[in-house]
Amino acid sequence: MKRSMHRSALALVAVCAMAGSLRAQTVAITGGKVYPVSGPPIEGGTVLMRDGKIVAVGKDIAIPANAERVDATGKWVTPGLVNSNTSVGFGDVGFSGGPRELSAKGHDGIAAGFQVWLGFNTQSTMIAPAREGGVTSVVASPSGGLVAGQAAIVDLSGALPLSEVLVKAPATMIAQIEDNESAKVGAAGEAIGQLRDLIEDTKAYMRRKSDFERAQTRPFVAPRRDLEAMIPVVEGREPLTIIADQAAEIREVLNIAKDYGIKTVILGGAEAWTLADRIAAAKVPVLTGAMNNIPGSFATLGSRQENAAMLRKAGVQVGIIGNAGGGDEELFNVRNLRYEAGNAVAYGMSWDDALRAVTLAPAEIYGVADRVGSLKPGTEGNVVIWSGDPFEFSSRAEQVFVRGRKIDAPSRQDLLAKRYQKLPPNYESQK
Amino acid sequence: MRIVVFAAALSVLACASAKGSQAPAPSPMQSGDSTHSQDSRDSTTAGRGALSVPNADPFPSTYKPFPSKTTVIRNVTIMTAAGPSIKNGAILLRNGKIETVGASVNAPSDATVIDGAGKFVTPGIIDIHSHLGVYPAPGVEANSDGNEAVKPVTAYVWAEHSVWPQDPQFPRNLAGGITTLQVLPGSANLFGGRSVVLKVVPSRTVQGMKFPGAKYGLKMACGENPKRVYGNKGGPQTRMGNVAGYRTAWIEAEQYRRKWDKWNATHKGDPPARDLNLETLAEVLRGNILVHNHCYRADEMAQMIDIAHEFGYKIKAFHHGVEAYKIADLLKKEDIGAAVWADWGGFKMEALDGIRANMALVNQAGARTIVHSDDPSGSQRLNQEAAKGIEAGKEIGIDISEDQAIKWLTINPAWALELDSKIGSLEPGKDADVVLWSGDPFSVYTRAEKVWIDGALLYDRDDPSEQWRTDFDLGFVPLVGGAK
Repeated sequence: MKRSMHRSALALVAVCAMAGSLRAQTVAITGGKVYPVSGPPIEGGTVLMRDGKIVAVGKDIAIPANAERVDATGKWVTPGLVNSNTSVGFGDVGFSGGPRELSAKGHDGIAAGFQVWLGFNTQSTMIAPAREGGVTSVVASPSGGLVAGQAAIVDLSGALPLSEVLVKAPATMIAQIEDNESAKVGAAGEAIGQLRDLIEDTKAYMRRKSDFERAQTRPFVAPRRDLEAMIPVVEGREPLTIIADQAAEIREVLNIAKDYGIKTVILGGAEAWTLADRIAAAKVPVLTGAMNNIPGSFATLGSRQENAAMLRKAGVQVGIIGNAGGGDEELFNVRNLRYEAGNAVAYGMSWDDALRAVTLAPAEIYGVADRVGSLKPGTEGNVVIWSGDPFEFSSRAEQVFVRGRKIDAPSRQDLLAKRYQKLPPNYESQK
Repeated sequence: MRIVVFAAALSVLACASAKGSQAPAPSPMQSGDSTHSQDSRDSTTAGRGALSVPNADPFPSTYKPFPSKTTVIRNVTIMTAAGPSIKNGAILLRNGKIETVGASVNAPSDATVIDGAGKFVTPGIIDIHSHLGVYPAPGVEANSDGNEAVKPVTAYVWAEHSVWPQDPQFPRNLAGGITTLQVLPGSANLFGGRSVVLKVVPSRTVQGMKFPGAKYGLKMACGENPKRVYGNKGGPQTRMGNVAGYRTAWIEAEQYRRKWDKWNATHKGDPPARDLNLETLAEVLRGNILVHNHCYRADEMAQMIDIAHEFGYKIKAFHHGVEAYKIADLLKKEDIGAAVWADWGGFKMEALDGIRANMALVNQAGARTIVHSDDPSGSQRLNQEAAKGIEAGKEIGIDISEDQAIKWLTINPAWALELDSKIGSLEPGKDADVVLWSGDPFSVYTRAEKVWIDGALLYDRDDPSEQWRTDFDLGFVPLVGGAK
C-alpha cells in the first residue's frame, strides 16, 4: 500500500520530467574516433543528435549553430552497449532483501503471459552502475520455470515513465530446458515435449479461438493468457530465447526451430562451439560469454573461453553476455559487459566483432537495430564517449548519452566513495 | 547459464575464511615432534592421537617440487612486488629458487633462455580465498564438501579433508597465474573450520599439494550467513546471537588452552580430554593458527576486532570486506588485511555498499589491500580484478601505480598467510613461483603464458603437453577437435 502511493507520487513528477525532455536539443560530439558499428570507424568524426535521436554521423557534418558541442578529441565514441541478459530494474538487492520481480508462478512451469516489464522500476539503483559501464540498453528478462515469460528491451535513461524507457516489449519469450526442477519436469526430454506441446496448442488455439471461448476444445497445456502471448512466437514474429548449454540441448533447440519454423535464440550455449557449423547453417544466434571455462555441471563440461570466437568464425551471429559466474553479471555487474568483450578478444574474437557483439548484434537478434546498437541516423541517441579502448580496464565511460541527453547522475556507489574519500573526523556531521 | 546460477547460489555460503597448513615453528610451548615422542614415553593411558599438542601435524605435507630446469627470462618487464618494475630486465630461476633479478643476469650454460620481449614477469598470484577442491566442479551435491552446516561452531573440521585433488578447477586456476591458494571452509558457520594452503600442482593426494610449513587458518564468519542458516535451527538467529556465539566459544577455548598448556609443560597426571573443536581455537589463542574472518560490514568488523582484543588473539585479514573503505584507518591501526573483490556488491543486504574504489581507499589509508576471489572463475583473473581497482582509484583521484597494485595479488596475500618470507615477490632466495604474461598483466587482452612453481614449468599456453588435465578432465572435457 505504502509502496503504491509512493509510485503514484513518482508518476506525477514523471509528467513534468517528460515535458522537459521533449524540448528540442541538439548535441554535436566532435573530434573523436567514432565507431558507428553499422559502418567503418571514422577518425575525427562527428555524431550529431537532435531531439533524442542520432541525425548524422560522419567526417564533415554541418553543425547547427544552436548545437551544444562536446569535444571528444582523443576519445573513443561508440554506441551505448546493449546487455542482452539482465535482471536490472527488478530489485535493488540480489538476495536477502527487497522484492525481486523476476519470476512468475505460472502454471506447470509455463508463464508465457508474464510481462516482466510491468514490474520494472525505472528508478532502480542498479541502473546507474550499469550506465557507468557504458551500458545504455538492456534486455530485461524474467527467469524461472520452463517458460519464464516475456522480456523487454529498456533504455537506461533514468526517465520515470515506463513508456519513455521501453524500446520494445515484448522483445522475446524466455524459456529454458536445462534445469528440470525449475521447469517442473523430470527430464530434459519432458521439458522439450512441454515446449512442443505449448507451440502445438498455441497453433490449435489460434485456429479455434471461438471454440476455446465456448470451452469446446480439448484442454491445452497453458491458459489463454499464455497462449495469446505465444502467438507472435509461433508466427515467427518474436524470437523464442531458450537457455541451453549442453550440446544435446542445443541440438533440440535447432530441431524446434526447424520443425516449427520459428525464430530461436540460444542463451548460454556453453557447448555451442561443438555444433558451430550446424548452428550457423540454422541461422540461430547465440548469446554467450567469454569468461567461463569451468565444467560447472555435467551439462557444461565443454565450457571454454574461446566459445564466442569459434562461433563467430563459423558464421554464427553472436551476442556477448556476462558469464564469468559468481559476480552477479546480470544485476550489479551488468556494467562489466565491456570486459567480457575484451576477454572474448583475448580468446580469439576480432575486436570489431566483439564490439558488434555488445551493440549491434543483440539489437539485430531482437529486432531493434533501427533503435539501438549503432550510430546510424534515426536510432536513439545512445552514445558513449570513452577515455580510450572501451574494453580496457584503464578506460572509463566519461560521458554517457541516453536518448540524446547526457546523464551524469551519480550512482549510490559514487556517493559512498565520495563520502569516505576522506575519513570524516565526525561521521555524524556528514550529509 | 546453469553455471551462473550455481555459482551465485554458492557464493552466498562459500564466503568466509580460515586457512591452514601446518607450522613447524615452535609454539610458546614446544614443537609438535618433540612432544610426540615425549607423549609416547610419558603417557601410559593415551595414544599420542589423544593428546592436544601445539602445532601438531597429523597430515604432513608430502609436496616435493617438480623437476625444474635452470631458466632465464630476459628482455622482459619484471614486476617484482618488492620495488619498482625493471624494464628490459632478466630473471634467473635455479634449483627451484629465484637466484637473480635485475637489468641483466649471467645465463648459466645449461639454462633455458626465454626472450620476453613485450612481455611481463610477476610473482605467482596468490588467492587467499578459494574453495577449490571443497566445492569442486562439476557442482554436484555428492562433492559439495565446503560447509559443515550442522551447527554454528565447527572449528573441528579441516578443509583439507574435503579437498578433491582432481577438481578440474585447479589447472584452470594455474593457467590464470595462480600458484598458491588458501582453501577455506564455507561461511555457514560462526567458526567454519581450518583452512589449508596449497600449491596449485597436480597430485594424487591433498598432502602432495600442501604448502610446506604454512600455518593453518581458522575461518570465521560474520553477519547474514550464520544467522540465516541457524535462525530456525536453534540459533544464532540474530547478529547479537552471532557475537554471543563467538564469545562463548572463546571462553571455552581459553579454559582448554590453559588446561593443556599446563599438562604439556609437566606431563604430570592424567592428560585432559582432547577436543578437536577447542584445540583449533586454542591454537588461535597461542598464535599458531591465523584468523581469516568473513565480514562484510564495517560495524561488524569493528566488533570482531573488539572480540579479538577481549580474548587476546589477532585477526589476520577480513575477507569480503566490502565496507573496508569505511574503516580503513582502523584496519591500518590494527594491521589487519582487507581481502576484497573488485566490484562484487549488491547481491545481498550486507554487500549493498560495495564500491569499486574499496581497494584504492584501503591502500590510500596505508592498510593492506588484498585481492581475493571466493570464486573459481574470478580466481583465474585476479589481475583483471586489480586492474579495475586501479582505475576506480584514478576516478576519485587516487593514483595507484601498477607496481603497487601487483602487491595486492602477491606479497600482501603472502603476508596474510605469513608466507611472505618464501613467496609473493621476486627476490633472490624466494621460491621460484613465477608467471610470464603475454603483456601488461593489467590489460584485458593479456593472458598468462607460462607458470612456474618452485622453478618447474607447470603451465605453458603454447604447449598442450604442458597443460595439466585432471583425472576428471579425461574423457569428460572435450578438447578442440572433439577429442577427450
